[in-house]
This record gives sequence, C-alpha cells and structure tokens, in this order.
Amino acid sequence: MASSYGINQLRTGLKILVDNAPCVIIDLDLVKPGKGQAFTRVKFRNLKTGRMLEKTVKSGESIEGADVLETEMQYLYSDGEFWHYMDPNSYEQYQADAAAVGDASKWLKEEVQCSVTLYNNVIIQVTPPMFVELEVVETEPGIRGDTAGTGGKTAKLETGTVVRVPLFVQLGEKLKLDTRTGEYVGRVKD
Amino acid sequence: MSWKPQASLEVLRLRASLLARIRNFFEARGVLEVETPVLGHAGVTDPFIESLRSGELYLQTSPELAMKRLLAAGSGPIFQICKAFRAGEAGTRHNPEFTMLEWYQPGYDHHALMDEVDLLLQEVLETESAERETFGALFLSHVGLDPHTADRNALERAARAVGEAPFAASGLEVDDWLNLLMARVIEPQLGQDRPFFVYDYPVCLKALARLRDETPPVAERFELYYRGMELANGYHELTDLREQRARFEDDRKRREALGLAAVHEDGLFLDALEAGLPKSAGVALGFDRLVMIAASATSIRDVLSFPLDTP
Repeated sequence: MASSYGINQLRTGLKILVDNAPCVIIDLDLVKPGKGQAFTRVKFRNLKTGRMLEKTVKSGESIEGADVLETEMQYLYSDGEFWHYMDPNSYEQYQADAAAVGDASKWLKEEVQCSVTLYNNVIIQVTPPMFVELEVVETEPGIRGDTAGTGGKTAKLETGTVVRVPLFVQLGEKLKLDTRTGEYVGRVKD
Repeated sequence: MSWKPQASLEVLRLRASLLARIRNFFEARGVLEVETPVLGHAGVTDPFIESLRSGELYLQTSPELAMKRLLAAGSGPIFQICKAFRAGEAGTRHNPEFTMLEWYQPGYDHHALMDEVDLLLQEVLETESAERETFGALFLSHVGLDPHTADRNALERAARAVGEAPFAASGLEVDDWLNLLMARVIEPQLGQDRPFFVYDYPVCLKALARLRDETPPVAERFELYYRGMELANGYHELTDLREQRARFEDDRKRREALGLAAVHEDGLFLDALEAGLPKSAGVALGFDRLVMIAASATSIRDVLSFPLDTP
C-alpha cells in the first residue's frame, strides 16, 4: 500500500491517486493570497488515459500516493488478447491488455526491451524503445540507384505495421524506425 | 545547481533602477524612509502566515506593526523597503525571503492612498491610470454572487461549477472560498491593460482594516492587481485598541482550531495603539512582483539574484 503525502511533500514526478486513478504530478504552484488560506495548484497526468488535469489542494490536506513503478521488461509474445512480458531480474511474467499496450503494439517484436508502468503490480502502460529494428515483409520491388530517396512507397514490417520508406528499400531488409514519429530512419546492415 | 545568479544582470540593473525611482518618488513627496528590525520578539498572529524563527526570535513577515509604532510616535508619512520572510511560501510568485515596499500616510483614507499608489505606478512603471471597483461589484460580475451575503454552500457550488474545488473541501470557511475564487477565477483577468484596484471588502476579509458601518458593513481594504497578479494590499488602518485586541483574539482562536502553534501578540504595538495611532492609510507592495512586471518575467525566481532553492 502506498503512503499518503502532505502538501509540502508533493514534487513533480510523484505518483498520486486521484479519483482512484494513478496519476503523475507534472507541475505545482503555490496559490496564496497575501491574507488567507494557502492552496497548491497541482497539474497532473492520468497515467492510464494520458489526460492532463488540474486540482487545487489546500494546505493541511493529504493526497494518497499511487503504488506505481516504472521498470524495464522484456516483451515475450502476444496471444491475440494479451501481450506477455517478463521481468528480466525476477523472471516473473506479466500480461498487458490492449488499452495498456496501445500504439506500442505496432513496434513490438519478441525479446525487445520496453519500459512498462506497473500500478498495483498490473501493467497499465507500455512504452516501446525510441528506436526499433524491424524487417520488411512486404513491399514493391526496390529501385536500385535511387539512393537520394526521392519519392517513396509503403512497406509492411514483420509486426504488421505499414510505414513509408524510400524507393530503394528491398524486401527482407532490416530498417531502423523511430517509434515516437513512426518514421523510417535508415537501413540496418547486418 | 549552479553558483551563478538566477536573474540576468540586465534584470538586476532594472531592479536597481526601480528602487531608485521609488526612492525619488517618496523623497519628492516628503515621505521619510525608515528602517525597522527584521528580527524581533513577536511573531505574526495571522493564522495563514507562518513566521520563520531563529531560536526565541522571529524574522518579520511584514514591517507593519513596527511602522505603526513610528506613526504613533509622530513620524508623519513613512516608507520602508525591506526584506520579509514567510515560511513555506515558494512558487512562481513567492519566495520565502522577499522584498516589500510598505508605506503609511497619516490623514489618508484608502481612496487617497489608492490615488498615491496609482501615481507611483505611473511614475515607476509608466502605467496608465488605474481602474477601481468594489469587491462586491467585481465578485457579482465574475462569480454571480454577493460576497457580503453568500454562504459557504453557495460559494462551494460556484467554485465547483468552474472546476475550482480542492480535493477535500471540508473545513473551508466563507473567507477561504472567497479567497480561492478571487485567486483562481477573478485575479487572472484583472488589470490586463492597466492597474486595477479592488476595494471595500467583505467583513470576513477585514485583516487589519477599519470597518465602515453601512448595510452591509464593509472593510476599508484594497488590493492592487496588474497583469493578472496581486501586487499590493492596503488598509484604511484600524486604530481602535479594543477592536485590535478582538482581532488578535480571533487570530488566536483560529490558530488553535487549525492546530497551529500559539504566537504571542505584539504587546508594544498594543501599547502604541493605546497611546494613539493617528488615522492613516497604509499599503504593502511586493517589490519583486513589480520587477517581474517591468521585466515581463513569469517567475519570481527570474528577478531574484539567488532565489531559495527547494530541496
């Protein structure tokens, strides 16, 4: 069970429970009229929905902490309904549902390391590595010599995700991709 | 953490020039510059201001009571630019140690002093002349309630309607709700183009202001807002000894109810009131915030050479 925090213990980055939802504090500011009760403006992000919210807290109040842990885990496989992960230290396995995995599923290849957010020991969010390397499984034949990368075409990756790539990219090649933008970064030479 | 100053040298030069302009303003008007002790035996009784302590001594949270002792001794108009300290107050508009400009004008009421504050801003910040509205009219137009008569429930509903309610609203009194709505709903909109004075406060927000007996009774207090920020707080000062004792007693009870440490009231200040404080008006203005406006800074830290770092 997570502890609760007094107002002057609040810090950005702290995980708190708001209306039963785990949230992270993004920003804090003191609201204090020259005469009168002090309040603290807390800006926080709901860790499940990503929504940003604000609340005013009066001094003397306490806020419940959320038992949230951010850690690295290895992605194992998907059974169609759940995505399975393993803690590389304890070898303990965890499963995450589609809501928790979200867009990360587009980039998940077996054995890749992801950062996951655990709340009450359940995965609520998965963040893929910033860059992943995935093989092209479907694309029109590459045009050799078009190394300038003008124009472009689509390519289907081994995870099923379709991305835009330069014309010279060949079937079976391994590509480096930026998971934040979903963009092609370059070819990977084995 | 860097050893370098937080404020740019340009802002520090601006601070110096604003200080010089303020001193010129008062010198030209025959207001005497004074210094009173930063360290003393009496703390602040206000339940929402916490003094910093050094052993048995307190750092001042405001020079108000000492300056009133000077007024009672016949000083005439006085001003002071000094450091004040308030425990736990840190944020984009607060630093636990800050610079205050405070002045008193015997014979003035709060309107005459608002006129003078307005002139100071025109001279120091080159502002346009200020607007003025009563707390009652302002609250009615922004929140739709009469602040002199609205009860706790009506104020809480109004706050919730605009998403401004604390996690745990219990324990908030009428004055707390008025302050919260003022700070979060009204203040950000005030004084966008020119300074804005709010005056004649509900009695529950009287602080150390004189009361005017009308229907409803009002406290002759004012605050100055500019660019959505509170800059100053002033009163047509309470000079009645019995009423002052009653207010200290209210503070003592509220501190006790809130579970705060008891603070001894300033006996020498009460002696001065008994000897006779001339009718006067006084105001405290946050100098660092004045610099923030002149420098277009969004955080007080950016106008302080070395703001106190939070751990």
